[in-house]
Amino acid sequence: METIQKKAAEDTSEMTLVHAAKKGDLDAFSELVKRYDRNVFRIAQHITHNEDDAQDVVQEAFLKAYQNLAQFQENSKFYTWLVRIAVNEALMKLRRHRTDRTVSIDEDVETEEGTMPREVADWGPNPEQLYGQSELSDILKKTIQGLPPGFRTVFVLRDVEGLSTEETAEMLGLSIPAVKSRLLRARLQLRDRLSKYFKSKRGGDGQP
Amino acid sequence: MKCNDFLKELTDYLDGSADAAVRIELEEHLHWCHDCYVVMNTTKKTIEIYRDNKLYELPETLRTRLHQAIMSKCRGSKPEKKT
Repeated sequence: METIQKKAAEDTSEMTLVHAAKKGDLDAFSELVKRYDRNVFRIAQHITHNEDDAQDVVQEAFLKAYQNLAQFQENSKFYTWLVRIAVNEALMKLRRHRTDRTVSIDEDVETEEGTMPREVADWGPNPEQLYGQSELSDILKKTIQGLPPGFRTVFVLRDVEGLSTEETAEMLGLSIPAVKSRLLRARLQLRDRLSKYFKSKRGGDGQP
Repeated sequence: MKCNDFLKELTDYLDGSADAAVRIELEEHLHWCHDCYVVMNTTKKTIEIYRDNKLYELPETLRTRLHQAIMSKCRGSKPEKKT
């Protein structure tokens, strides 16, 4: 029963909460925070690679969303609007750590390089079982961190968070073809880099 | 279809959003091109691994702390009025 009630509470329309929050109902806004804080944190961590920055991004994104709720036009989902704010905050954090301060969603995406796979060796049947959970997490983090921000952001929104191409385009202010092209290259580059760890091998010493 | 053309369609193919006619061509290409088959399969696996091993879960204690900090900042700040 508890589960059913919980589910019913979660189904409370997002817009009902947004309308209440717009009128200054902090409990309603608190509900929106609880609904999306995990996602915003995950996205922020993927972009910034830094837990302190990710925590700041979560706080700043929700605070900005609250302060600017009146500007939210309601022609998209609240979550789409929120992630857009969070991605901008995360990119700003990343920029502050760079001396060249050039980080943008368009970085390193003008080249066609990286589209053709360099490594075509097949992987074993359950490659992730070659490693323990924490070692696997480290491999996955290290690998995705090596992608340019514009690629890993698209990959995280589409393939980790499960958002549609259209939603991702709206969140990042990109065209649909641009999202598709970045997603393809992000997927292929990740695959290429993971092959080093996952390809079938006879020795099994973990070295490529 | 050449391998390059296959790669261009790979994202739509994996997302199940390729047109039926394109899909047939892609599957025909996969029948005889082992390299593309491997690339398709391992790319699919890449997506699954990242999706299934959710990195950066927010620990509950940190979550509670962040939530309190957010709500206290919101309490101290008035939302802008609609113009």
